[in-house]
Amino acid sequence: MSDLKYKIIIGLEIHVQLCTKTKMFCGCALEFAAEPNSRVCPVCLGMPGVLPVMNKKAFEYSVLAALALNCEIASFTKWDRKSYYYPDLPKNYQISQYDLPFSEKGFIEIPLESGESKRIRITRAHLEEDAGKNLHTAGNFSQVDLNRAGTPLLEIVTEPDMNSADEVKALAVELQRIVRYLGVSEADMQKGHMRFEPNINLIITKDGTEYKTPIAEVKNLNSFRALERSIEYEAQRQLDEFLDTGKVMQMGNKSTRGWDDANQMTVLQREKEEAHDYRYFPDPDLLPVEMNDAWLDEIKSRLCELPLQKQIRYVTDYKLSDYDAHVLTAERSTAEFFEQAVSATIEQAFIFGGDPKKICNIITQAGLKLAHEQNCTLSELGFTPENVARLARMVEDGYVNASAANTILEEMTKTDKDPQTIAKDMNLIQKSDAGELEAIVDQVLADNPKAVEDVKSGGKKAKKAQGFLLGQVIQKSKGQANPKIVSQILTKKLS
Amino acid sequence: MSPKIDKAQAKKVAKLSRLDLTENEIEEFSAQLNAVLEYVEKMNELNTDDVQPLAHCLPVSNCFREDIVKESLGTEKTLANAPQTDNEFFKVPKILDDSAAT
Repeated sequence: MSDLKYKIIIGLEIHVQLCTKTKMFCGCALEFAAEPNSRVCPVCLGMPGVLPVMNKKAFEYSVLAALALNCEIASFTKWDRKSYYYPDLPKNYQISQYDLPFSEKGFIEIPLESGESKRIRITRAHLEEDAGKNLHTAGNFSQVDLNRAGTPLLEIVTEPDMNSADEVKALAVELQRIVRYLGVSEADMQKGHMRFEPNINLIITKDGTEYKTPIAEVKNLNSFRALERSIEYEAQRQLDEFLDTGKVMQMGNKSTRGWDDANQMTVLQREKEEAHDYRYFPDPDLLPVEMNDAWLDEIKSRLCELPLQKQIRYVTDYKLSDYDAHVLTAERSTAEFFEQAVSATIEQAFIFGGDPKKICNIITQAGLKLAHEQNCTLSELGFTPENVARLARMVEDGYVNASAANTILEEMTKTDKDPQTIAKDMNLIQKSDAGELEAIVDQVLADNPKAVEDVKSGGKKAKKAQGFLLGQVIQKSKGQANPKIVSQILTKKLS
Repeated sequence: MSPKIDKAQAKKVAKLSRLDLTENEIEEFSAQLNAVLEYVEKMNELNTDDVQPLAHCLPVSNCFREDIVKESLGTEKTLANAPQTDNEFFKVPKILDDSAAT
């Protein structure tokens, strides 16, 4: 058995669809699932004599995203024509950016399983227009829908700094959170708003010698799952191929592969990277863009605290678990709601407010479930952050138990009443009055002499029996007895 | 002076542009292309060391439009000039290699 080790090397190209109202160079609406070929005009059809004009918002959104990715923003950028022939490309060229992209040399921090983060370098980010969509029907023709043609796409290219499918997934998820936080893309995978193309190869060390396998590029992956699976599949395939044939990376033996979702495998599309001859040249219809300090500062002012920063801050400042912090920061609106509830607590601590962990529990265990059911954000559910803070305090004080809190929160979506009033109205206030509870305990003990006997005699049955008695008391109180206090009373009486 | 473009290059450019040219046309156009390139070659006589490449022939930049929806053509007009349609889509010969280059 020879000594063999290998490392996976992955770089990523990502296309992110920007959420402007209109296309990149014309006023056609961007609308998912519109009637085929209805959102099309002479500009995006590539009719002779038309003049494309750049959408300012698309450019500013791109700059904002590039700033969040720590990129340098070019003071001068221009548009180029990339020539190729394909039915979904009506002009026979795509407007893109070649040698002077609007941004380059950035990085993104991605969270790792270990709780650490890893910095992945960004080579460049540029703007380009999307093509239309081809549909392949059963007959001997294909259908073309040009509604998507001209949609602004931000293309982000990373350095080959990732070494596992997990890291690639982490980057994809992090990028999704970032562009959503910035409000520059809906980043809805199901609508194809994010598409990934990983470049994968292996560095294999065998008997002390290092070999590199030929790079494979997997095209057009539009789910996190396909992205992960295709990388895992490719790593194994390349290892097998190397062991089988000894084939190593050479000039021109990069291959292009597609993902076959039904069979969960990559399929060869093009063996040899034909020297693509796109014949790029500056687009004479479009004027260059010059960035100045004032404009850049204005765009910078739209940046917000980014999700990973927030996540780390929640763990440090609020002592939340990494998991909870991740759930709270997944959507900006959720994070902001949480922060408002926490600051309400801090500012008005004398009156009300639970600690951040309790607020987090209410949001993650009940709030997000309600939001999901009603298909809206947390803040759209109708309750205020202040009232959620109040409710958290009620749980913390043992005034209501956790399951009652969930019921109260649900009620808060329907009425403007504060949680205290709802708890009273719905009879959900936990009984913590020792005298009152003792009476119930006494009765339960009298009704269950066998269990009392088991507890008193000790041994393996004791614990189970005491749990049974506790359950009986809670039941008798119609779920309103504070279990902590009942437990104390039980222990005292049975010892 | 040796030709800037030989026939093989002219054929390649024709192929890239999806032009189906006869041998006579290849001959004719490579001669024309050579003449054009020789003419442009004159520029090399100038010293351009301190000249920035030109991205656009007008000294203008930052021409934008606002992100405001304008009416589109609608499906019927969009498809009006298409050689083949099914009234919803453009119909094209079946695409076998689905690898759009974006």
